[in-house]
Parts: sequence; structure tokens; C-alpha cells
Amino acid sequence: MCLGIPGRIVRIDDAANMLATVDVGGVRRQINIVCIVDETHPVESCVGDWVLIHVGFAMSRIDEAEAAETLRILQELGEAQAEMEAMRLGATSAKASP
Amino acid sequence: MKYVDEFRDRDKAAILVREIGALAACIGRQIHIMEVCGGHTHSIFRYGVEGMLPSRIELVHGPGCPVCVLPIGRVDACLGIAEQPGVIFTTFGDAMRVPGSRKSLMQAKAEGADIRMVYSPLDALAIARANPEREVVFFGLGFETTMPSTALTILQADREDIANFSVFCNHITIVPTIRAILESPDLELDGFLGPGHVSMVIGTAPYEFIARFHRKPMVIAGFEPLDILQSIWMVLKQIKDGRAEIENQYARVVPEAGNAAALRAVAQVYELREFFEWRGLGSIEHSGVQLRAEYARFDAERKFAIPNISIADPAACQCGEVLKGLIKPWQCRLFGSACTPETPLGALMVSSEGACAAYHQYGGKVQRAETA
Repeated sequence: MCLGIPGRIVRIDDAANMLATVDVGGVRRQINIVCIVDETHPVESCVGDWVLIHVGFAMSRIDEAEAAETLRILQELGEAQAEMEAMRLGATSAKASP
Repeated sequence: MKYVDEFRDRDKAAILVREIGALAACIGRQIHIMEVCGGHTHSIFRYGVEGMLPSRIELVHGPGCPVCVLPIGRVDACLGIAEQPGVIFTTFGDAMRVPGSRKSLMQAKAEGADIRMVYSPLDALAIARANPEREVVFFGLGFETTMPSTALTILQADREDIANFSVFCNHITIVPTIRAILESPDLELDGFLGPGHVSMVIGTAPYEFIARFHRKPMVIAGFEPLDILQSIWMVLKQIKDGRAEIENQYARVVPEAGNAAALRAVAQVYELREFFEWRGLGSIEHSGVQLRAEYARFDAERKFAIPNISIADPAACQCGEVLKGLIKPWQCRLFGSACTPETPLGALMVSSEGACAAYHQYGGKVQRAETA
């Protein structure tokens, strides 16, 4: 109930009642999209949107750039760790050599 | 699946676990972090997150499972409605097995009551449309995550004038309960993982008091294993730096301002109740909502005149202590013996988001890691 699931809007079924069809991993279902529509993002621009769906309603448009940013931070953390590890190894081998 | 698989990457998890270990060592004391949301509790157990953490970090499983905190009296009220002749009672599947004082909805269904599981309140409305001679009641349950969907369904019923549809509203709001936890004298918490999908609706501002007045860090977290690990890492960084801020790890889904359309529907349809009772925690001021008078005709509580009865939890049940993080699920005297997922006594054993059911299902692994 609270976890939700990401899906992609493939078709607008009823613009007046804000109903659209989403594809969730190959399964299609009609959902309500009123919570992701506003003057800057009208109904017709919703096709192709990745949305998070809770109990039959699209509750959030998933922000591609923010998702990439979260992963980028983790990537950098990994690179920093690898560098630290290399420095530590370098220091040990430097000590070991005469 | 996109937006799921990339947040389950093992190598990145290992990187975070190392960073968390280094920060925990640097802080150098026992750290208690509460995940408020039952969805997080479920993910933490499903992916064995506790087993990856250093022993210095303890996760306290909070009260954010709406099925688990539903008091017995409200379950009995559901049964009272569902067993009336002519009624079709519709509910999310999660609520079917919650024990009332006499039985659960599942048992009532087996005995012949017309109780149907639905995926969405819109499905309940469709049942009402198709059965105009029957009274169709939807069991509205959940925090701000599902509160707007029920409100929008009521607004739709109002537009279509579907008079045989009503909602038994048990929607609750998390912020007053976080406040109650912070004011509880027997609780020692160093920080919070904030509920991702509640925040997607309400935004980040309602939590500001946690940082400002209680000086506790909170990081609003997503639900995949990397989200949870990264959020724990962000809480630890705040503790190490001596900061207390509301940060948002789940920015791909949670906008700072929340969801305007959802908040408008919520404000239009509901008003705060003076008090709402939580199983295990007691009555909490302004922690529940009810339908406004304008929508009285869709309010099952007015349509069916349900007495607001309060029934005590079973005496031996320690759900309240588990909910407040005072004891671990397996320390409850009923855990795994009298109370199991097959025959739950307490609500925490019912839902997959409840701490006890999660420990029972995945617990062996976690306990081994803790004793190691």
C-alpha cells in the first residue's frame, strides 16, 4: 500500500477525467493522473512520463536528473575509496622498499 | 526495472557500508536511528540492511505502518459495517487479517459477509457504480500517501453523484506522532529516516521542528537498499558534523514543496480529528482526519452510526513497547509462540510492514548478524 511502484504512461485514455494507461514491467493498467498534471505540465505532455504509482494514482513524476545525481554521489564515493585504497597501498609499498 | 535495479547495486552498497563503518567509528558511541515508515522497515528486513551495519548502529522500527497501528475498536467497527445486510465492504488486502476483538475481516468473509479486496479506491467506486442497489463502503486506510487517493475518489463520487458509495475513514497523519515520540521521556534517538512517500505528498517543511526544536537530524529516504544505506550515511554525517537538518535523499520522487494537487484534495475533503487512537501508542491529538460536513453523505461513520468504541489490546501483547523501540520484537513474550504471522495476536505480526512479521520472516539472519 505504501511502497508504490514505478511505471511509464503509455496513453491518455480520458483527458477530462485524467485517466491514463501505464505500463509497469509489461503489465498495463488504467490510473488517475490528476496529481502529476498542472499548468506547466498539461495532460497531453504526460505520455512517456515515468511516474510512481500508489493505489491507482500517479503520485509523483520521477525526476531523471535527481535519480542520476543520487547515483553520481555514490559513484564518486566509490572512486574516492579506490583512490584512498591506492594511496594506502602505495604508502605501504613505499615503506617496505628500502 | 528502471528506477529499481540501479538502486540495488551490490558494489555501491559495499561502498556505502564502508563509509558508514568509518563514520560510526569516528562518532565512537552507540547510535539509535528510527525509521518512521513501515515501508522502510519492510525493505530493511527484506534486504538484510541491519546485518550490513556496524553493531554501534541500531535501527529502531517506528510506528509508520497504518495497518499495525489500527486499534481493535476500529476493526470491530469495520466488521459492524461489513456484516450489515446489503453492504459490500471493500478494503486493501493488507487489512484483511488484522485481528478485531472477535474476528478479522478475513474470518467475517469466510462466514458470508460480502468483503472484497481492492487495489484502489477507484475500484471500490466502480463496484458502487455497478451495484446501485447495494451500499458500497471503502475502508480508507493509510498516511498521507494514500489519503489523497481516497479524497480524489470521494470528489469523483460527488461529481457523479454516486449516493451508494461511502468511506470508513481511518486515515492518519504521521507528524503529530513523531512529535509524541520526541516528547516521550523514555526514548533515546539520535536521528530519523523520514518517510519517503508521505513526504512526496506533504513536502519537507512539516518536519522542520524536528531539527529546529529537538535538534535531531532527519533524512527523507527512498525504499531501495542503496537509498536506505545512503540515508543512514547522511544521518551519520550530520551527527559527526554536529548538524541537525532535514535532508532529502529521495529527491527523484520527493519535491521540497510536496504535491500541490494532492494537498488541495486533502484540504478540501478532510478536517483533523481532535484525537485518534493508535494501537500500542494510545490516543494522539490531531493525528487522524475525518470527512468534512460538506461530504457527510460519503461518510460511513455518519451513514452507519458506528459507536467509537475503544478496546484494550490483549494484556500480554507488547506491540506498544516494540512500536516505541523499547524492546525488540523477539523480546516480546508472545513472539513466535502465541503470536505468529499465521495466527497474529498483535497488529505488528499482521502486515508485511510490521516489525514483528518482518523479524519472523527474515529474522534468523538478522539475529545471527547481531550476535556475531
